[in-house]
Amino acid sequence: MMKPVATTRSAAGISTGMLAVWWLLASEIVIFGGLLASYIMHRLAHPEWAEYASHTNTWIGTLNTFVLLSSSLSAVLAHHAAEKGDGKKAAKYLLVTIGGALTFLVVKSIEWSIEIHHGYTITANGFWAFYYVAAGIHASHVIVGAIVMGWVAWYANQNRELQRVEMVGVYWHFVDIVWIFLFPLLYIAK
Amino acid sequence: MIEQYVVQASTYAADIDNVILLIAVLTGFWFFAAQGMFFWLLFRFRERPGHKAEYVTGDEPDLKRWINIPHILIIICDVFIVAAAIMVWVNVKQTLPEADRTIRIVAQQWAWTFVHPGPDGQLDTDDDITMIDELHVEVGQVYHYQLESTDVLHDFSVPVFRLKQDAIPGRRIVGWFEPTLPGHYDIQCAEMCGIGHGLMGARLFVETPEQHAQWMRDRGEILARAH
Amino acid sequence: MASQNENFFLKYFWSTDHKIIALQYMFTGMAMALIGGYFAYAFRMQLAFPGAEIPLVGVVTPHEYNAFVTNHGTIMIFWVAMPVLIAAFGNYLIPLMIGADDMVFPRLNRLSYQIFLLSAIILVASFFVPGGGFGGAWTAYPPLSADGAYNLTPLGASMWVTAVALEFVAFLMGGINFITTAMNSRAPGMKAFDVPIVIWFIVIASILFMASVGPLIAGAIMLLFDQQIGTGYFDARTGGDPVLYQHLFWFFGHPEVYVVLLPALGIVAEIITVFSRKKLFAYKIVLYTAIATGVLSFFVWAHHQFIAGIDPRMANIFTVTTVLISIPIAEMCFVYIATLYGGSIRFTVPMLWALAFMAEFLIGGVTGIFLGASGADIYFHDTYFVLAHFHYTFFPIAIIAVFAGITYWFPKMFGRMMSETAGKVHFWITILTFNGIFIPLFVLGAWGQHRRIYSYEHFPDLWELQPLRIFATTCLVIMLLAQVIFLVNFFVSMLRGKKAGNNPWRANTLEWTVPSPPPHGNFETLPVVHRGPYEYSHPDHDEDFWPQDAAPAAESAS
Repeated sequence: MMKPVATTRSAAGISTGMLAVWWLLASEIVIFGGLLASYIMHRLAHPEWAEYASHTNTWIGTLNTFVLLSSSLSAVLAHHAAEKGDGKKAAKYLLVTIGGALTFLVVKSIEWSIEIHHGYTITANGFWAFYYVAAGIHASHVIVGAIVMGWVAWYANQNRELQRVEMVGVYWHFVDIVWIFLFPLLYIAK
Repeated sequence: MIEQYVVQASTYAADIDNVILLIAVLTGFWFFAAQGMFFWLLFRFRERPGHKAEYVTGDEPDLKRWINIPHILIIICDVFIVAAAIMVWVNVKQTLPEADRTIRIVAQQWAWTFVHPGPDGQLDTDDDITMIDELHVEVGQVYHYQLESTDVLHDFSVPVFRLKQDAIPGRRIVGWFEPTLPGHYDIQCAEMCGIGHGLMGARLFVETPEQHAQWMRDRGEILARAH
Repeated sequence: MASQNENFFLKYFWSTDHKIIALQYMFTGMAMALIGGYFAYAFRMQLAFPGAEIPLVGVVTPHEYNAFVTNHGTIMIFWVAMPVLIAAFGNYLIPLMIGADDMVFPRLNRLSYQIFLLSAIILVASFFVPGGGFGGAWTAYPPLSADGAYNLTPLGASMWVTAVALEFVAFLMGGINFITTAMNSRAPGMKAFDVPIVIWFIVIASILFMASVGPLIAGAIMLLFDQQIGTGYFDARTGGDPVLYQHLFWFFGHPEVYVVLLPALGIVAEIITVFSRKKLFAYKIVLYTAIATGVLSFFVWAHHQFIAGIDPRMANIFTVTTVLISIPIAEMCFVYIATLYGGSIRFTVPMLWALAFMAEFLIGGVTGIFLGASGADIYFHDTYFVLAHFHYTFFPIAIIAVFAGITYWFPKMFGRMMSETAGKVHFWITILTFNGIFIPLFVLGAWGQHRRIYSYEHFPDLWELQPLRIFATTCLVIMLLAQVIFLVNFFVSMLRGKKAGNNPWRANTLEWTVPSPPPHGNFETLPVVHRGPYEYSHPDHDEDFWPQDAAPAAESAS
């Protein structure tokens, strides 16, 4: 399908795709904002939740933080390669980022299995309900990000649509930043 | 204004009606001024042969006045409305005068339970009078109510008192009223609470001291027979 | 032409053309409006004649009554006002009015419609599952909505939440498309203040929606989990808080009013300028008041919860912010009225609707002050006064402005004119009966009649007011019947109406420079813009309109 002329214009001085990514992130910020604000309000009203939170595994959380941050680095490197016009290299770095995403998800599923095994299920109490939903929505963003990066890498490998590498990179940084908020709220505040 | 429809049966009913009247007067003035201007313009500038419309940008000072002056006047009206509304609100919802009696209101799907203090005037004693869908109060007494819900949200609404308060499961909400006019009136549930929401009415009996004492004696006998 | 070779399905159901997608939204919205109107008929008849066998409905049970009321509100706001005002007019007008060939993401556009359609199907289907449709009011407050044991519609409630959440997702995608298109794809020469007000307002509305709906999407997920897997976000017994949901809902719910109001105001602005042959009075003030209203609308939500058990001190703050919002809105009303000054006003059908919007919305506006002022709201909260108030805002928005827009752009959409006579008959019946329905409801509200009650037989103080209810219901039935006139006019004109030509209203904006209906791609050659959208009756120009793309050579000629 041919792109409409509309897509190629940039009256606001920023590429259309990038503009859309920023608006997408704006809407995502409000979704996570609403969820986290609800969580924080409950947390402040219920001192006993600190005890529930002490059963989260800070070490696994830290490991996952490290994995996500490293994957953001390779996303930046992919962007650099794409700017230089080296699609193949960009695709490779994107694959490394996807690897980070998969590692994150594997660690997360191991962590959840352990917790569920110990009886800390989503219905256990309010804290675990927020824990699973907040981390779960974040994880679904990781999955979507990995799929989109695979699609972008496929094109980049053929040196097509290289501007998308930067867009998916910006999205990936956002996924990272959300985790930077979740990690202290769910794991460290005990 | 409202008192023409629904009698005022509590001490603060007249205050609330006055706020409503104030708003009605102020907004009514602007409403008729704006509508009058609107219809006059429609008539005055209807399409007529040989008349071309004027070219007006809206930046002309003599025309912009027509927007700016009402703008300032509206702000002044707003100040009056906010002040009146908040004064009444603080009196009804934020202050709690010393209670003569305390009642408990328990809402559930789809009935009201009213726990009245017995002759000893104390709640949570053996002579408490518990009634379903009937609330009996005495004129001239300041009542505190403790509003609770056992299941979903309900709303304790007494139009003649101009009183309305949501009941929330897990909380005990305290408020007050002082009845002034004997009679019997509707109590409504004013928050959607399920299939029986439309059935969840109750009756309020505002009684003179003699009537109230009589009622209490009658209930006492029934209670004694039951024991 | 290539389009003749496309098969019917691809052209009308799988199209990426913004105009086809706009019409899809419009017809879906109209179909949903019929369902919403049918619900209104059912519950109003039950109120007028409790327990009677109602033609085309049967006896309405309390559960059905609640489900009708709940879904009437949900449908009219989320499946009529939103798709028609924002999605249909937004899709149709944004590319045409800014001089672009399509939306920037045509396939995202198609996907957003498909998700929207899916959400509509889920909502309608919820009426046919065991237990029936959800009946916990369109606000869906927990714990009633969160627990099947309380609402007795465990499946219907979850389908309702799912449908609403999907609808939000569809409009988020659509919104990103609208905002990006309007920001980036304007024709060369079109500066920020050359953009028609309706486009500005649809974009501001999309931004408001995007900035406010997030918490409720999170809330919908929590509510769904409470219903289906037994978490307790809103359950006080497990440390949750039912009032939290109300905050999430109204943080979205109040900006939502302005999300649908702004496109309606935009449509009205386009129409009153064309038919009074006047420049819009103080374009920038209109724009700034809209932005001010939008920003303020994020700080007023708790006026829906004055008596809901929030800290009473909060009510004072929200009274101030709520009454403050009357200032930009009043200013906007004044500016619109001032636009008529010095005009040459033609009372065509679209103009009648636009003027009716202004007159009726004013009633909705001033009655809102009663509810925003905490002291008065203690009495009016959850009475028919509230109901009449917001119908005086939402009916002008979702019905009057939509009729204004449809009758105005119909010649562009279908290339033919609608009948003026039929249009005027339909207009007057609809407007008179509308007031006939809701003025009695204001009176009932002043009498303290509370909402969502399937029969007032159980309330002795209210039961004597039955004649008012019967009067309102009679007006409603007449109004619904009058819509047949519109539908006949609409479809007959589509096939047999007088040919419209490119610019039947002699309007300035770019959509009137192309054939009616515009071909795929809209413009033969993409236009260049030379002036603002409202240069009517300009002294330097002979004709009383001056299209935005007309070359400035005309200036030297005069």
